[in-house]
Amino acid sequence: MAKIFAVIIVLIAIASAVPIVMHMWPMPVDISTHGGLIDEQYADTMLEAGISFLASQFLLAFFIWKFSIRTPGEKIKSFPGGATGLVAAAFLLVGTEVLALGVFGTKAWASVYLTPPAANAMPVQVQAGQFAFYFRYPGPDGTFGPLHPEQISEANANFFGLDTTHDQDSKDDIVAAELAIPVNREIHLLMHSKDVGHSFYVPELRIQQDFVPGLDVTVHFTATKVGKYEIVCTQLCGLGHYNMKAYLEVKSQEDYDTWIKQQAALQ
Amino acid sequence: MVTTIHEPPTIELDRLPSHGSHNGGWRNLVPADGDLRRVKDHAPHPASTGIWVALASITMTFAAFTSALVVRQGGAQDWRHFTLPSVLYFNTLVIIASSITLEVARRRIAAFMGGAKSRAESPARWLYITLFLGLLFVAGQTYAWVQLKAQGFGLATNVSYSFFYVLTVAHALHLLGGLGGLVRVIGKLNHSVLRRTTLDATSRYWHFMGVLWVYLLFLLWMKL
Amino acid sequence: MHDMSAHAVQHGAPTSFIRKHVFSTDHKVIGKQYYALALLAALVGMALSWIMRIHLGWGNFAIPGLHLLSSTGAPGNVLTPEYYLQLMTMHGTIMVFFVLTTAPFAAFGNFFLPIQTGAEDMPFPHFNMMSFWVTFVGFLVLVASFFVGDGPTLGGWTQYAPLSAIGSVGGPGEGMGVILWATSIGIFCIGQLLGSLNFITTTLDMRCKGMSLMRLPLTAWAWFITSVMGLTAFAVLMPACILLILDHVAGTSFFVASNLVINDQVLPHSGGSTLLWQHLFWFFGHPEVYIAIVPGLGIVSHVLITNMRRPMLSHRVLIYSMAALAALSYMVYGHHMFVSGMNPVSSLVFSFPTLVITIPSTIVVLIWLGSLYGSKLRINSASLFALGFVSMFISGGVSGFFLAQPSIDIMLHATYFVVGHFHLVMGVAAMFGIFAGTYFWFPKMTGRMMNETLGKVHFIMSFIGAYCIFMPFHYLGIAGNVRRYQAFTDDYLIPLIPVHKFITIAALFTGFAQLIFVYNLIYSRFKGAPAPDNPWEGTSLEWSTATPPPHNNFGDKMPVVYHDPYQYSVEGASTDFVMQTSPEKLNNPKEEQ
Repeated sequence: MAKIFAVIIVLIAIASAVPIVMHMWPMPVDISTHGGLIDEQYADTMLEAGISFLASQFLLAFFIWKFSIRTPGEKIKSFPGGATGLVAAAFLLVGTEVLALGVFGTKAWASVYLTPPAANAMPVQVQAGQFAFYFRYPGPDGTFGPLHPEQISEANANFFGLDTTHDQDSKDDIVAAELAIPVNREIHLLMHSKDVGHSFYVPELRIQQDFVPGLDVTVHFTATKVGKYEIVCTQLCGLGHYNMKAYLEVKSQEDYDTWIKQQAALQ
Repeated sequence: MVTTIHEPPTIELDRLPSHGSHNGGWRNLVPADGDLRRVKDHAPHPASTGIWVALASITMTFAAFTSALVVRQGGAQDWRHFTLPSVLYFNTLVIIASSITLEVARRRIAAFMGGAKSRAESPARWLYITLFLGLLFVAGQTYAWVQLKAQGFGLATNVSYSFFYVLTVAHALHLLGGLGGLVRVIGKLNHSVLRRTTLDATSRYWHFMGVLWVYLLFLLWMKL
Repeated sequence: MHDMSAHAVQHGAPTSFIRKHVFSTDHKVIGKQYYALALLAALVGMALSWIMRIHLGWGNFAIPGLHLLSSTGAPGNVLTPEYYLQLMTMHGTIMVFFVLTTAPFAAFGNFFLPIQTGAEDMPFPHFNMMSFWVTFVGFLVLVASFFVGDGPTLGGWTQYAPLSAIGSVGGPGEGMGVILWATSIGIFCIGQLLGSLNFITTTLDMRCKGMSLMRLPLTAWAWFITSVMGLTAFAVLMPACILLILDHVAGTSFFVASNLVINDQVLPHSGGSTLLWQHLFWFFGHPEVYIAIVPGLGIVSHVLITNMRRPMLSHRVLIYSMAALAALSYMVYGHHMFVSGMNPVSSLVFSFPTLVITIPSTIVVLIWLGSLYGSKLRINSASLFALGFVSMFISGGVSGFFLAQPSIDIMLHATYFVVGHFHLVMGVAAMFGIFAGTYFWFPKMTGRMMNETLGKVHFIMSFIGAYCIFMPFHYLGIAGNVRRYQAFTDDYLIPLIPVHKFITIAALFTGFAQLIFVYNLIYSRFKGAPAPDNPWEGTSLEWSTATPPPHNNFGDKMPVVYHDPYQYSVEGASTDFVMQTSPEKLNNPKEEQ
């Protein structure tokens, strides 16, 4: 039984590693400017985690195999170095590893969250509500009109609660159901929740950020590849959570300009 | 719990050498001379450890309420300050007085045990006074709640009121537990056997309720 | 000579059925009652997971009989989206609270802590009895939510506000379902606090002659450390639940912000803090997961030592490591909130202790592995599950590496990677710890042996099955598969559905293996071979008393302890194990003094 168990451990450990090594279900391709640091951090972690995982499972299997064999008159042996050696190893190996990961990881995090958006970043507001995302562009005047929660009406497609009759700044705001952005342009995303907690996740963009009802948070990013990507909600928001998504369309500057004009005409 | 049936009601002083000392059960080492029997005497009475455990958990609960208050106040602009009902200050004096009377009760009981039989009055008298003061405190708190509600300030009127009610009610509920403990102590004193450890544990809880109240009053006064 | 144990139990053994088996103050009965509750809860939780997994693999599958549980939730036996979430919430809540916090800690701890410390019972037996019945009532209140109104709450076991606080406008189950959830958990907290009170006072004050703290077995230390955590963590969850209930029934706004709009109506709340709930919940929530696993660390150590015929390389290091895990567990809770909208600097601050907590975890695993070296390993169901725990704990711990780093968490937060991580490191590992404890202690608790063959079959199927279920979760997460989805309709998720189907089949296979265990448990309880007092040749106090132990645990004479808990294979000793109560003098330089 011990030997079978040991073999099973080894097989499972190897089988676990195969999909990772073979990239069977890889992380989606990075289309962001900041994602390189994240991916590097991830690759480093995977290497260290992978080695630790395989080494410890193999060691466990080996010890189970070896020390379940009975030889009469055998004495108990102590692991060389005893507990002191192992504690020292844990502190040194794991300690340095985690410190390294922590320290270097700060850079990747800071590039997303602790750097301010560029002065010419394009502002877009996204509102999350049960169960859809809507996006608002400020229009030619560059300003967002105020929101009037009591005027929100799904029936009238007034998703943001804009008062275009009385608020000058709202008149040219453009509301759309997808997030179209020009490629290679920094976007400053202003995040607002209409009702409960939601989250904005685009794997390719290497961005995930919760919406906080009552607190408008922002993220900024730059997409580097034209294409159509999915924005999905990752914070449980009710029965429609699984279906709550929108498309991110990264367009060439020309295509984007055309799109925004079309959208303005539709308002 | 020991109940002696045939003896007249007495007060027992548990002779614990460790009582009040600080080398209690935390380090129950086997003595070098191998006399294992000595190990026993170093363990604190479970009632005494138990009450500290309970107080630790109550502290955590009120710490959680405190941090909720601080975060909630700091996170929004809707905090409406108000003046605390003045009866609260009277109640504070009452609860402090009750701690004093409880200590008097404890010392009288200890003296009675030590043979100072010259005291004719029942050792339970000061316990009754403490109980009365405790009930007076609860009545006073109730008065504060009723008064506020009559003025139109309910639980949901504003978040400041929400926290006022939550904190004072939570304290009062725990205090009722303390009153229950006092009733139990008086019952044992009069009808069966009261251990010193029971009395001490109950007193410790009661004093903690007083300290907790003073803290809450200060918090409310500062924040509200 | 003053006998401390006299304070605990002054009554003779009970005689009526009710006093013996229902409302008993005997810690052993209470332990068995908790075990039964955990077993029931585990079966319910597991059944819920089957329904979830079938639905995830085959979305339109009509599960026979499901409409009987809820005709609105499963019309035509097919799960609605909301009902999936409701079952998922109940699965998580039942498993975390009523299985993982109950079995390793309350069940085994209640039965064995007084015995391992050499006490007749716990010092507050009536509070102990209350703690079980309070917990049981909590379970009933939670399960009641299946049968009221529009069913259980759907907000996940984490119940994030404002969804959890706004009432039925939030969705099905968000009215009465949440109130019942919060009430149930509040009641559960009280049960836990009463339990912690007894565990702590037993460990500190009720030890028999010669039983110094360092002579306590590792299980006793694990239960003690866990009870200290429970004391502080549950005392924070209860206020959170109270505030949540008030937001529901009293119109307060602790957690609900202003100007929220649902169904075109502005909600009446104002000023509440979304993040406040998360801070309160996770301040409890992170220690909670250590409450779930630390008893397992103790049980696994205890079982392994007995089956390796040697003590761990260092008794103290394991104790200090468990204590370090407990202490650090309070400092890391923000790692659940990296992308929550809290100050991003806080995220970095929380990530450091999260990474550092790897160190005591690694020390524990290394000490286990190092102690395996040169040992005389005995293979039986108990030791197999203990070794399986080691493998699971390694796997689950390694995935924690990724999640501890905020930058990587951006990609993996709220994906199946997290679900895989916590199921391996907490769900499966803790379950394996429960199984190890069961196979090990069943003889002492019932007087009968369990069937070894069935035990080994249970083990192999569970070990392989659990890996087949939860390893793929990590791949799904890396690919971006979001969690808490009742169906996969997004373009990039559709190609992952075959993986889900594989997982479902593995889940049903593994579930079946658990039925083998339940059969073994019940059969052996009545028909198992009679067990000797010390079937595993163990040294700690539970093996020095009769099987099963008498009402006051040790009969006429309270034990006297002369040795450390794990004197196995000692040079010059008469046998390969020396019990703690044996007066034999040992020439053991490592013995604690």
